[in-house]
Amino acid sequence: MPEPVISAQNLVKAYKVKGKPDFLAVDGLSFEVAPGESFGLLGPNGAGKSTTMKMIGAVSTRTAGDLRILGLDPDRYGPEIRSRLGVVPQQDNLDGELNARENLYIYGRYFGLPGSVCHQKADELLAFAQLEDKAKSKVDALSGGMKRRLTIARGLINDPRILLLDEPTTGLDPQARHVLWDRLFRLKERGTTLVLTTHYMDEAEQLCDRLIVVDKGRIMAQGTPASLIREHSSREVLEVRFGSDRNQQIAARLQGLGDRVEVLPDRILVYTADGEGALERITQDGLEPITSLVRRSSLEDVFLRLTGRSLIE
Amino acid sequence: MTDRTPLGEPVEPPGATSVHPTLDDLRAEALEWGGKPRRLGTWYVTEHIVRAMRAYGWTIVVGALGQPILYLLGLAVGLAALISAPIDDGGQQVPYLVFVAPALLATAAISVASEEFTYPVMQGFKWRRYFYGFNASPLSSGQIANGVIIGAAARMLLAVAAYFLFITLFFLWLYPGVTDQATAWLSVPIGLVGGLAFGVPLAAYAGSLEDDTGQFALVQRFIFMPMFLFSGTFYPLAVLPGWLQWIGWVSPLWHASELGRIVTYGKPVEPWLLGTHIAYLLVLTVGGWILARRIFTRRLAR
Repeated sequence: MPEPVISAQNLVKAYKVKGKPDFLAVDGLSFEVAPGESFGLLGPNGAGKSTTMKMIGAVSTRTAGDLRILGLDPDRYGPEIRSRLGVVPQQDNLDGELNARENLYIYGRYFGLPGSVCHQKADELLAFAQLEDKAKSKVDALSGGMKRRLTIARGLINDPRILLLDEPTTGLDPQARHVLWDRLFRLKERGTTLVLTTHYMDEAEQLCDRLIVVDKGRIMAQGTPASLIREHSSREVLEVRFGSDRNQQIAARLQGLGDRVEVLPDRILVYTADGEGALERITQDGLEPITSLVRRSSLEDVFLRLTGRSLIE
Repeated sequence: MTDRTPLGEPVEPPGATSVHPTLDDLRAEALEWGGKPRRLGTWYVTEHIVRAMRAYGWTIVVGALGQPILYLLGLAVGLAALISAPIDDGGQQVPYLVFVAPALLATAAISVASEEFTYPVMQGFKWRRYFYGFNASPLSSGQIANGVIIGAAARMLLAVAAYFLFITLFFLWLYPGVTDQATAWLSVPIGLVGGLAFGVPLAAYAGSLEDDTGQFALVQRFIFMPMFLFSGTFYPLAVLPGWLQWIGWVSPLWHASELGRIVTYGKPVEPWLLGTHIAYLLVLTVGGWILARRIFTRRLAR
């Protein structure tokens, strides 16, 4: 592996809480990201993903551990590191008093780019974000998806080496998500290193070469999406519903059916290499589920296995 | 999608820019890119703040031009006509309008400060969060604080310069020869510093607030208004009973107004008092500035 562009060793972020021991939002994370890689942090809300992103973004200072971004220590070289990063925060922080194009232009100025370059980049990025006809619109008049695309476009104004995306598609409708994913693929093809957090397993599977599963500030597992699924889950999953009052009772009868049986409030998950086969045996036993579905294992299942909880609660 | 080796490492698709720069290249590039924002970041933020003001540019311009015309005209043809006896200001006799005008100029700066250093700061941290956007770029927290202060100072400068212009015109019309042209222009920088002495500590306070639960309205009603009324704006401070005069002494408005009177019509002043006026305004401005930078830095680094 070439030298990593991001390297974190035992990264810790503690917050003071009155009258209580410090709250460890990030509790000893270690990971490396290779140039051109698309790296994901997957975990539920409050897992410490955003805090980690803020530390990688050379904004939030770490409490302990070692961190190098582009070979530099963010405590000392914050502006230098940030000059080569693109950042898409979880909450849009565009300036509502400027129009879409001005938001791009002025952001380019922050990097010391000459005005003429900023104008040119602003036009290119409006096209990239499919917002050319909204160039003169005030930001407040844009839809959520448009604002998100504009924020991503803004993050690209300096041709960043690393693009940090914190929950890039949260709150977007499916179509807007796919447009965004497409834009991110293109960046990846150009060699931009992507680091993203998400609590959507499909997003992680689509976009990430490699990811860490984070919960309560710690790494639960890491690897490629495929290897994580292989290691921590079965090939297929059978989902059956018997009605919320009967799931628990019937699950007891399904024990031993596959590798593992998991009961959720609304359904039972049977982890097995052969989902159809398992379903057949259930019906042969005279049990008739209200609905049934055989699907491939996903990262959601990995997370459930590792933490006993769902990603989206 | 890129292909993968069995280890999961991405393999570049053919035709893509396959050569990644080395870490040394990337480090050198970052060090180079960081230089300009480190030097000039304050001015980038200032540029943004001033650009964003154009959204309410007409209020700024109408306020800057309209306020002096209305106040001066109102006082000149109204109150000053009523108060025909000259004001005894520290032993010097001056017409009422001449006495009031320097204080009105300082008030204009302070009133801009009470707008620009309150809600826009809350906006940047909380409502629109654009300070966090600034901070994700190479700009540092200190530069953001600087830019916010200097941007507001630019608007203040416009307001006091307009006031100065109209005061000069009114005096030429009504009281030619009363002002000292050689020093009167100094009331512009004095007004600016007066506005900053009030505004910069206020910006620090605004930056420390997590929520707006009406604090700014309280500042307006219980700090700005009493200051305006009890700082020797409309009458010499000595007119007030002793137990109220302290308001003037702690008020940047009084110190700025007194300095304005000294440079406008040569109000006599003891050297120690002159020094006190200047020092007080500078201490508030510089102290507030240091505090604001610290508060911005702590909040953005969370």
